[in-house]
Amino acid sequence: MIELMRRCWQTMRALSGDDAYERYLAHRREHHAADEPPLSRADFFHAEQQRKWSGVSRCC
Amino acid sequence: MVIEVKKPLPRPLAAVLWAAVVLLGAASLGAIASSRGETVNAMWFILAAICVYALGYRFYSAFLAAKVLALDATRATPAERFSDGRDFMPTNRWIVFGHHFAAIAGPGPLIGPTLAAQFGYLPGTLWIVFGAVLGGCVQDFVALFCSIRRDGRSLGQMARDELGAVGGAVALIGVLAIMIILIAVLGLVVVNAMRHSPWATSTVAATIPIAILVGLFMRHLRPGRVLEGTAIGVVLLLLAVFSGSWVDAHPTIRAWFDYDGPALALMVILYGFAAAVLPVWLLLAPRDYLSTFMKIGTIVALAIAIVILNPAVKMPAVTQFVDGTGPIFGGKVFPFVFITIACGAISGFHALISSGTTPKLLANERDARFIGYGAMAVESFVAVMAMVAACVLDPGVYFAINSPAGVVGADAVDAVTKISSWGFPVTAAQMHDLAQSMGEATLFARTGGAPSLAVGMASIFSSAFGKSLLAVWYHFAIMFEALFILTTVDAGTRVARFMLQDMIGNVVPAMGRTSWYPSVLVCSGLVVAGWGYFLYFGVIDPLGGINSLWPLFGIANQMLAAIALCVATTIIVKSRKALFAWVTAAPLAWLVVVTSTAAWQKLFSPDAKLGFLAHANDLAEQLAAGAITGTAAAQAPRLIFNDRLDAALTLFFLITVWVLVIETCRVCYAAHTGKRCPPTAETPHVPSRLVEDWVRD
Repeated sequence: MIELMRRCWQTMRALSGDDAYERYLAHRREHHAADEPPLSRADFFHAEQQRKWSGVSRCC
Repeated sequence: MVIEVKKPLPRPLAAVLWAAVVLLGAASLGAIASSRGETVNAMWFILAAICVYALGYRFYSAFLAAKVLALDATRATPAERFSDGRDFMPTNRWIVFGHHFAAIAGPGPLIGPTLAAQFGYLPGTLWIVFGAVLGGCVQDFVALFCSIRRDGRSLGQMARDELGAVGGAVALIGVLAIMIILIAVLGLVVVNAMRHSPWATSTVAATIPIAILVGLFMRHLRPGRVLEGTAIGVVLLLLAVFSGSWVDAHPTIRAWFDYDGPALALMVILYGFAAAVLPVWLLLAPRDYLSTFMKIGTIVALAIAIVILNPAVKMPAVTQFVDGTGPIFGGKVFPFVFITIACGAISGFHALISSGTTPKLLANERDARFIGYGAMAVESFVAVMAMVAACVLDPGVYFAINSPAGVVGADAVDAVTKISSWGFPVTAAQMHDLAQSMGEATLFARTGGAPSLAVGMASIFSSAFGKSLLAVWYHFAIMFEALFILTTVDAGTRVARFMLQDMIGNVVPAMGRTSWYPSVLVCSGLVVAGWGYFLYFGVIDPLGGINSLWPLFGIANQMLAAIALCVATTIIVKSRKALFAWVTAAPLAWLVVVTSTAAWQKLFSPDAKLGFLAHANDLAEQLAAGAITGTAAAQAPRLIFNDRLDAALTLFFLITVWVLVIETCRVCYAAHTGKRCPPTAETPHVPSRLVEDWVRD
C-alpha cells in the first residue's frame, strides 16, 4: 500500500515537473560528469521556464 | 538475453473483444442518431465516443504506424541523438503524453461544441468523433512523426524545406494571423462571462495576484517546487471563488467589480500587455501550473459526474437552425458546424505543438502513435463532454443564454417570446430563477459559450455532488475557463511577439533581439493592439461579436490544419508512399472544401447575419436612412470598417489556402513523376542506442 502511494506520488511529481531538477542532476552525473558543475536548483528552474515559454507551448 | 514481449491476447479472444466494441459503438451511435422527440441519455454519447476512439486507435492508427509511416523502433529519435538534458531529452512516454496533452488542450474544445449545439447535438457530436479519428488525430500523429524524422523541426521550417519558400512564408503569416484572431475571440469569451458580474469579475481578478504569489513562492522561497506552489495556489483560488459571493453581497465592494463590456475589454487589453512584458516566472508560468491542474481536475470530475448522474440530453438531435437561421451564429450546418468546431475535431494549432516541443522529448519513435494519435483522441473526448454539458440544459434556456440581444431583443419578455416561438419554451421567471440560483443578475444574452457551459457544468456538478452550492459551482466553472483562457492570451501574445520580432529583425536587426526591452515593448504593443482591436469591436458589436469572430477563428484554425496536412501529404508522396497519400489528402480535401465554402459565404452571402460585406452594406443603408441613432450611429462607421476588415482577412485566408494547395499539388506531381523538386529533408537512419542497451542487458 505504502509502495503504491509512493509510486503515485512519484508519478505526480514526474508529470508536473516537480522532479525536473533531480532528473537533470541524474542526467548530468551520467553524461556530463567531467564538464562544468551543474546549475543550482534556482538557476535550473529559471532557465527551464525561460526555455519553455520562448516557443509555442500552449494551444487553443 | 531475454526480451520481454507483452503477450498478445489469443486471436479469437481479441476478435470477440473488438467485435463487442464495434457492436457497442454501433448501438450507442444508433441510440443517439435515431432518437427523435424524446430525451436521450448522456451515457450513449460517452460510450459511442469511447468505442469509436478505441477502434480508431487500435486499427486505423496501427495501419498508419505500420504501413504509411513505417515507424521504426530501432531508429534514434532527436531526443536521443541531441540529448542535452534541456531541449532534447528522452523522456518516459506517459510524461510526454501528459505534457503534450496539457499543451494541446485549451479552451477551444469547450467553446466550439457549446456554440455548435445550436444545430442540435447530432451534427456536432458526429463531427467531433469522426473528425478526430480520421482527421485531427491523423494530423497530430503525422506532424509529430514528420518532425521526429527532421530533427524536431517546426511546422514552418518543414513547410519551407518541403514546399519551398512560398509554403514557408504562408505558414508563418498564417500562424501570426490565427494567433491574433484566437486571442481576440478568447478575450471576448472572458469579457462576456464577467460583464456586470461582480462575483465572476472579482474571482477572475483574484487569479492574477494569486498567480504572482505562487510565482514568487516558486522563484524565491522554494525554487522549482511545482507541486507545493500549485497546491497553495489551488487553495487560494477556491477561497477566491467562495469569497466572490461575499463581494457580490457587499454594496460598496461589489461596485468595484461591476463593469460593462467595453470597460472590461479595455482591462483585458491592458492586462494582456502587462502580462506579455512581465517576466514569465512572475505571472505566466505559475498561472499555467494552476490552470493545467484545474483543467485536468475539472475535466475528470465532469466525466465522473456525467457517468454517476447519467443526465438526460434535452436538446433535439437536429434543430431547425440547420437551415442557417440560427441565433448564435449565422450559416447553414454545412459548412459551419465544421468551422465552429475546430478544436476537438481537427485543430491546426496542434501541428505547432506536435512539431515543436514534443518531438524533442520522445525516447522512441514508436511512441509517436500513442502520443500524437492518443492525446488528440482524449481532447476530442473533452469536446464531447462540452457538447453534453450544453445539451443537458433546457434548449430554451440554452438559447436564452447564448442568443445576442441584437437578435432576440434586449428585453427579457421579448427574448423569451421570440425563443419560445421557435419551439423552445422558456419563461422570464424561469430565467430569473436560474440567474438567481447561479448568483448572477441576468443570464440573458451571455454570449460566448462560457456562461452556458458553466450553467451546464454547475447543474451536473450540483446534482452529482450536492445541490446546495449551485452558485459556487457556476463561478468555479467561470473561474476555471477564465484561468486557462488568460493563460492562452498571455502565451499567445508572447509567441506572436517572438514571431513579429523575428520578422522585423530581418529588416532592423536590433528589433530581432528577443530580450531587448524597446523591441519587447514595441512588438508586444503591436500584437496587443492587433487582437485588442478585434476584441473591442467584438464587444460593442450588437450581434454579439462571436457571430463574426468565432467563424473567422475557425477558418483560420482549419487553414493552419490545411497547411499541416499539405506538408504531411508532400512528405508521404516524397517517401514513395503515394498510394497511401489519401490518409492526409482526404482530410485535406475536406478541409479545403469546408473552409473555401465558409469563407466564400462569409464574404459574399447576401444575408447580413452571415456575409461580412452584406452586413456592412446593411449598416451603411440603415445609417443613411437614419434608422440608427445615438451611440449606435456614432459606432456604425467603425463597425462598417470592421466588417470590411474581417472580409479582407477572410479573403486572405482563402487565398493562402489555395496558394498552398496548388503548391502542394505541384511539388507532389513533380516528386511522383521524378521531376525537379525540393528533396525530402528526412535525416538518415541512426540506430538507437537506447534499444541496443536494452537488448544487450
